[in-house]
Amino acid sequence: MTESIVSYKDVHKSFGDTEVLTGINLDIKPAEKVAVIGPSGSGKTTIIRMLMTLEEPTSGNIIVDGSNLWHMEKNGQLVPANEKHLRQVRGDIGMVFQHFNLFPHMTILDNCMSAPVHVQKVDKKEAKQLSIEMLEKVGLGDKLDSYPSQLSGGQKQRVAMARALVMRPKVMLFDEVTSALDPELVGEVLEVIRDIAKEGEMAMVLVTHEMEFARDIADRVLFLDNGVIAEQGPPADVLENSTNERLQSFLHRFRS
Amino acid sequence: MNTGNWQWDTFFEAFPLILEGLGITLGLTVATYLFALIFGFVWTLLSAVRIKPLRWLFRWIMEFIRSTPPLVQLFFIFFAWPMVPVVGFAMSPFISAIIGLGVHFSTYIGEVYRSGIEAVDKGQWEAARALNFSTGHKWSKIIIPQAIPPTIPMLGNYLIIMFKEIPLASTIGVAGILNLANSYGAANFRYLEPLTIVAILFLVLSYPSAILINKLERKMNRRFDKKEPTGSKSLSEEEKEGAVS
Repeated sequence: MTESIVSYKDVHKSFGDTEVLTGINLDIKPAEKVAVIGPSGSGKTTIIRMLMTLEEPTSGNIIVDGSNLWHMEKNGQLVPANEKHLRQVRGDIGMVFQHFNLFPHMTILDNCMSAPVHVQKVDKKEAKQLSIEMLEKVGLGDKLDSYPSQLSGGQKQRVAMARALVMRPKVMLFDEVTSALDPELVGEVLEVIRDIAKEGEMAMVLVTHEMEFARDIADRVLFLDNGVIAEQGPPADVLENSTNERLQSFLHRFRS
Repeated sequence: MNTGNWQWDTFFEAFPLILEGLGITLGLTVATYLFALIFGFVWTLLSAVRIKPLRWLFRWIMEFIRSTPPLVQLFFIFFAWPMVPVVGFAMSPFISAIIGLGVHFSTYIGEVYRSGIEAVDKGQWEAARALNFSTGHKWSKIIIPQAIPPTIPMLGNYLIIMFKEIPLASTIGVAGILNLANSYGAANFRYLEPLTIVAILFLVLSYPSAILINKLERKMNRRFDKKEPTGSKSLSEEEKEGAVS
């Protein structure tokens, strides 16, 4: 049997009095591509933000490659994780944000190189080589010395992907990565994600509103509604053959 | 007596004498400013400590220092501090002035740093986290390089404001230009020319600096206008979005 790379075990999350997630159970296999869809406010983004340690679950456990992400063992008891533990476990995870979050004071190349050099302590030459390769892969080999402010939204998002990929994560998270882009720039970004997905070895979780895209690249589609995974399965089952009414009315809005 | 009349020979006689104090005045300005820049950072750290009562205490101390006249603080450090049992000791006028004025202005500088840090987009902290930066690297490579440059014009303004407060040091006997002008006036019963010289020197130094800082400010604004689209979103908006989408 294949071990899961990520497991959510009865994960709850509240913001103030609002319970956004009410018991998420989810296993993601290595190299599996999971698309998360659902109405806004359903907690899609929160699911992956908790995995990236940007949001702390209210209760439940998230296991990453055998390690409990938000808890650590101390004197035989589970206690809330400290920063050191979080750093250790989240090293396997990478994330691409809706608003890119590139470092505006660094060139494109430095944006990609900084984490390998400072975090993974990769030799500078090697990190540069790796970053250039990755930037070429996303089609920005000619922009190495540009600053983020000189790029289009689509280009920025491609840099952000290269920056995350250079760290060679086992799990890559995509948080509505095309939502902030002008429509004509969406295609180039999806194209890059498709290429990454084809390479295979990395697990991917994509929060997205691009249904066609989800159908194309995902092994499994999750429909999130009212704080739980209301429906899941292969793209064809979820996106076409589901009898879930909420899902159908949600999908209906995307067909015209 | 014709002390009311302007005398050019007095002017030219006093000018070189007063100019001798310019080194002290400028030296004190630079030393005090450096002290304030460094100590301001300490305030920034202290006013961000996690333990709430401590944070309140430090913020209250900052507020206290800011709302007390620098002249009173200067007098306290120079005249009263040596009398304080156990911890008190005497310092030279120059050192007293650096500490007195430096601490006073550091509380303002600390606020400037804080505003710079708070202006860094929330997404930058999240990106630093997602790339697994250590706390040290997050600050040194990501946050500070973005937080400080936009505050440079504000820091420059404080330099000019502080420069104009430096003559306060003459009250405890630092031999800067005001002190020398005063001595000259007392010795010759003529204050018009020496004090005019002091005014001119201050004008000549601070006016071009103000223009320079204005230019710097415009340059910085241009540079930071072309920010990532994330910059245009308010924090609360992003929070809401993160919470529910």
